[in-house]
Amino acid sequence: MRFQRNLWLVIFLAPALLLMLVFTILPAINALSFSLYSWTSFNREGFVGLENFRKLLSFPFRDAFVSAFSHNLLAFAGLMVIQNGLGLLLAYALWRQPPFFKFFRVTVFLPVILSLVVVGFLWLLFFDPLIGPLTKAANALGITSFAPLGDPKYALLTLILVNAWRWVGFPTLVFLAGLNSISEEYYEAARLDGATEGQVFRHVMLPLLAPAFTIIVILTFIGAMEWFELPYVMAGVSGNPGGATDTMGLMFYRLAFGAASESTSNVGVAAAISVVLFVIVGVGSALGSLYLRRREVEG
Amino acid sequence: MRMSLRTIGKVLAVGWAFLIAGMALAQPVTLSFWSWRVEDKEFYDDIAKQFEKQTGIKVVFTPYKNTEYNTIISSALAAGSGPDIIHTRAYGGLAQLADAGYLLPIDAKQVPNLNKFPSSLLSAARGFKDDTRKKIYGVPFATQSLGFFYNKDLLNRAGIKELPETWPEFKAALAKIKAAGIVPIANGPKDGISLEQIFGVVGPMFYGGTDYFRDVTTGKKTFVDDGFIKALEETAALKEFFPPNYAGIGYPEGRTLFTNGGAAFFVTGGFDIAFFRENNPKLNFGFMPAPPLTRGGRTYVSTFADGNYSINAKTKNPEAAIKFLNFLSTQEFGQQFTEKLAQASAVPGTKAKDPVLAEVIEQTGYYGTPYLTLVGFRYATPTGTELMRSGLQKMILGQATGRQVAEEMTKGVATWFKPFQR
Repeated sequence: MRFQRNLWLVIFLAPALLLMLVFTILPAINALSFSLYSWTSFNREGFVGLENFRKLLSFPFRDAFVSAFSHNLLAFAGLMVIQNGLGLLLAYALWRQPPFFKFFRVTVFLPVILSLVVVGFLWLLFFDPLIGPLTKAANALGITSFAPLGDPKYALLTLILVNAWRWVGFPTLVFLAGLNSISEEYYEAARLDGATEGQVFRHVMLPLLAPAFTIIVILTFIGAMEWFELPYVMAGVSGNPGGATDTMGLMFYRLAFGAASESTSNVGVAAAISVVLFVIVGVGSALGSLYLRRREVEG
Repeated sequence: MRMSLRTIGKVLAVGWAFLIAGMALAQPVTLSFWSWRVEDKEFYDDIAKQFEKQTGIKVVFTPYKNTEYNTIISSALAAGSGPDIIHTRAYGGLAQLADAGYLLPIDAKQVPNLNKFPSSLLSAARGFKDDTRKKIYGVPFATQSLGFFYNKDLLNRAGIKELPETWPEFKAALAKIKAAGIVPIANGPKDGISLEQIFGVVGPMFYGGTDYFRDVTTGKKTFVDDGFIKALEETAALKEFFPPNYAGIGYPEGRTLFTNGGAAFFVTGGFDIAFFRENNPKLNFGFMPAPPLTRGGRTYVSTFADGNYSINAKTKNPEAAIKFLNFLSTQEFGQQFTEKLAQASAVPGTKAKDPVLAEVIEQTGYYGTPYLTLVGFRYATPTGTELMRSGLQKMILGQATGRQVAEEMTKGVATWFKPFQR
């Protein structure tokens, strides 16, 4: 009986497993092997062991890679604070059911369903140095040179803010669902004990929201490490200005497929980046979820 | 009944087989031709018709999106397929394909007109390995030259009646334009493309043009050279004439600004003439090289081949493909190319209808020098181009000096450029 049940499970799972094997697992293993060969254009040549990793970690690729990696980490930190922090506050506000809260709930989530490419171009126009409304407003306010996307000090922050604008609805919704699933009894008990609103938030809500936090932190981590589309659309393939918005994804793309105007590539080093990225995302999210799971409490 | 049906089937099958075999015998050779020049489809379809009339060989032109073309062609070639005729990029872009063995080498015996092309253009069709550098892998199709495009109406409005004849006069004119409330130069540093091009226009007279090009590409000199450093500094110093909010301006933004009559000068290549004419037919503009340092001194126009027509090493019709390349190297074709596409054909001695393009071709004839970073240093990562772009961006922000950038460029390029590895 049990055997038969397992057999059925296997039969039902097989198509999905097969697809995953062919389109996910085999290519991943293949990519790993790519990083162990030397390449001319897309032509695979001799086996070189870990040479591509050595190249990646020595001049001239190291500086670019370290800077790209640091931008991924900054994006993670920035998105955690700005996007998810704002998401939590918005969720709390919506949970209190202010007037028109259904309208606000939809509005907050609206940018999430827009195409990321559309969002990127839209904000590019807002920031346009010649015709952008934000530029005109800043110039009118007396800021003579306003070009955050062209200034290495602000370019990355600007991208993080745009990313947050696009995604904030997602953590909001997840946190809101988390808040709604917390039983009313806990609040009543806390209030009877004389807890203030702040104390309820800090000592009742936050611990019970831990499962939602786990999901959001892990997804933000993966998203930030693989950050590609928005920098690509808004700052170009080389992470303008001067690599200030370069990410590991962009660097991989540049080396694998070449910038269109330069047509030079280094597939071996690109494959090495993809392996490093895979390890960072895999190990990072595994350790992260182990740690965060342990902190979750039963609700 | 069943029997007869089967018989009919057999007869039909045999008939089909004969028909198809007959068609295959009668079918003329067809060459496939891939390109990134989506905008030139009509032109190449017409060329294909002319070629078919002459030889009976069909050519089918298929363009792909510019930004995706490199990926499409590389993966097709890696998979052992791809078209018979490949529109290839120049210098490093072609060398990468040639070095991987994807392209068929050609020589002057097969394409006699190759002898007519200047050697600086043919080097755009050479590989980069020791053996592939000795061979030629295509027929160059266009030359491009960089310089200052100027808006005649705006210069008039700023009270500049004659074009400045020396570099100091030129800078004084820029200051005058700025004082008149007009943006002097439309370019900006955001994507670095324009910075490299400004260097190509202004730099050669400071580093010494073709002589320095020869020395640096043979390793006699590096970028750490007083003339080269001065050229970087002069390029970065032009930032005071860039538009307001210039940090946010890259090549496309600058081009839009100039096209709409928003700036007096714009540094770019002859390839943008068609864009200006199409997007603002009223724009009254001209072309000038950077004026020399002193009256009667020497100036330069940085020039480069835009790309080549190459043959897939795995083509099944090499003879037909070589015939087509011969056709693409003739005066007849070159003249049509220059006239109809408003681009300077690589075939020497073509005449342009567009007066500005004619000016570009003429000035290139007098002052042409290889576009240093593209012709010499775009063969492997990190390219001289990317190092120069980010270096000049740093200089404009005040984060690096010319000497530091020159040192970084030398160090970066030395990772793959053997003459620097000493």
